[in-house]
Amino acid sequence: MSKIVRGRPGQTSPWLAIPTIAYLFLTIGIPLFITVVYSFLQRAKIGMGVTWHFSPKAYKDLFILENLDGTTTFDTRYVKVLWHSFQYSAVTTVATVVLSIPIAMWIATRNESTRNILVAAVTLPFWISILIRTYGLRQIIDDNGPIGWIAHKLGYENFHIIYTPIATMIGLTYVFLPFMILPIYASAERFDFRLAEAAYDLGAKRWTVFRRIVFPSIRPGVIAGIALVFIPALGSFLQSDMLGGGKTNMIANVIALNFTQARNWPFGCALSVLLILLTLLLVQAIRLISKKFGDQVSLV
Amino acid sequence: MGNIKRRRASYAAAIAAATALLLTACGGSSTSGTPTAADTSAAFPTSGSGEVHLYNWTDYIDPEQLTAFTAETGIKVILDTFDSNETLLAKLQSGATGYDVVVPSDYMVAQMIELNLLQKVEPATFPNGKNIKPNLLNDIYWDAGRHYSAPWMYGTTGIACNTTAEPKCANIKSWHDYFTAGLPKMDSLKDQVEVVSAALRATGVAPADLCTTDKSKYAAAADLLKGFKPAVIDSDSGIERVIAGTSNVRHAWNGSTHRMKDKVPGVEYIYPSEGLNLWADNLVVPVGAPNLDNAKIFINWMMDPAHAGAESNFSGYDNGITGSDAFMSDSLKSDPAVVVPADKTALISAVPPCGQDARDLYTQVFTTWLGEQN
Repeated sequence: MSKIVRGRPGQTSPWLAIPTIAYLFLTIGIPLFITVVYSFLQRAKIGMGVTWHFSPKAYKDLFILENLDGTTTFDTRYVKVLWHSFQYSAVTTVATVVLSIPIAMWIATRNESTRNILVAAVTLPFWISILIRTYGLRQIIDDNGPIGWIAHKLGYENFHIIYTPIATMIGLTYVFLPFMILPIYASAERFDFRLAEAAYDLGAKRWTVFRRIVFPSIRPGVIAGIALVFIPALGSFLQSDMLGGGKTNMIANVIALNFTQARNWPFGCALSVLLILLTLLLVQAIRLISKKFGDQVSLV
Repeated sequence: MGNIKRRRASYAAAIAAATALLLTACGGSSTSGTPTAADTSAAFPTSGSGEVHLYNWTDYIDPEQLTAFTAETGIKVILDTFDSNETLLAKLQSGATGYDVVVPSDYMVAQMIELNLLQKVEPATFPNGKNIKPNLLNDIYWDAGRHYSAPWMYGTTGIACNTTAEPKCANIKSWHDYFTAGLPKMDSLKDQVEVVSAALRATGVAPADLCTTDKSKYAAAADLLKGFKPAVIDSDSGIERVIAGTSNVRHAWNGSTHRMKDKVPGVEYIYPSEGLNLWADNLVVPVGAPNLDNAKIFINWMMDPAHAGAESNFSGYDNGITGSDAFMSDSLKSDPAVVVPADKTALISAVPPCGQDARDLYTQVFTTWLGEQN
């Protein structure tokens, strides 16, 4: 990026933004528009897709359930699925933060050439398709895999991780970990570790040093990491499908079902719109939090 | 990706055009262009050039047969795969061209005909059309008389049970037994139609009435499903899980069960007493197929008993071609999961697709059940 900016700051031509704007318009703007429009249409009588008749039914169906016994009640099913998606994403985010801070700090305290190798190592998983990595993880945490074998040897006969919500969260944590490590590392790298030494010299305990000196410096990275992990995790469906045994539904699984077997595209679109709105709320919340601390979070 | 596909399609179109030119130049009978019944009077081509683009289910055709086809006919097969009828429909409906032969199941054929997505190529009049099994020729709801579709594999959806690992398999004689067995290591398919129709059968709905819009019937099915908490709900991993011993009882296709038996001899296929669904896959030619002649040659070749038999050996399913059993392996021919025993044939019926209202009720029961799992 810095290569493009040759002159002093503020002198770059605004026209340079056009490719980015065009790209975002084509890949986000138009699909978003189609999603919103489709959510207000009726679905096709046969086959896939929609017919061009206005209908708010999809939104009604989000919350109102016509029961099989003829009564009408508030539909808790999608709220529940959303709540589960939130829980899984929240646990994933916490797990990635806890794992990433020591990893990022450790990398940041190596010498420069080691640091470069380690950062490259963190990005190494991106070289392989996420689908293949998830299959690989499934083999590892399967009852017949190494984890199951060790648990069995230790005497835990009923040890069982695969096809549970825990497996889903392990899968999410595994996939999103680099997205937490890298921003935290970016903050930690700029941290002047002499400050921590000074705190030690002045008698601060380890935990106090971390809490009052180190953490405030890496907080922008943590907040950026939360945005990069929590939001995509909320829309994930591969992990719950492959590792959760098809039972731990996340909202994206329900959306996928409506575009395939259920063949209700307007409803799938309405669910997507709901997810987008919730995501926007989250982004706002994260922005407010970072503002409160006065941090500069480059990614939000 | 899109670019590569488009390039491939235009390449295919160029070849089709070249083939058409060649055919007219030779003064031969041109069978390309709009298909009509009159075409059949012309000699049926047995070899060609260029490519045929096949869009098939994953792991559903013998690669050796494709090599043999190319060696015999000079036509190269380009294979692309899909994972569900809905994926296939979405692709064709979105206007994807470039496929010459696709493989939809029964109900999907009916829908594609209704949506004008298929060419009326009259497979029954092909040289090998005479081999179509009589019961799969006229008495089929999706394409009576076989004007659009040639038969491919067919099978049933029942219950696979590992009798060695789970002695209580003997107690499972019906769908009701299956849903209420409460055994460990039970799996389910993740298929709205299969799961809900089985639950409807289990609660006393007659096979002919499976598209009912009577909500009380669905309420009963939903009640039954409420207590059914399988270890895994998944349509893809069944064979490997049963072989690995992580699953002992599961809602399964008969061909998958045959493949499980190969590795785990204790596995048995149960024909539930309330009856089971018959499904049948088909070879069809979509509108806009760039290589129509090659598509016909391919379909005709696959209706040869030797080739159909080889495909059955590969997939573990019976097929719709008379005389193909002579080419099937003994283990396949002697498997009651694959070749339906005489006393079970009455249990089996093809289920026509339900209307919108019934399908919505299926969706409601299915999503409610999935939501109750965690």
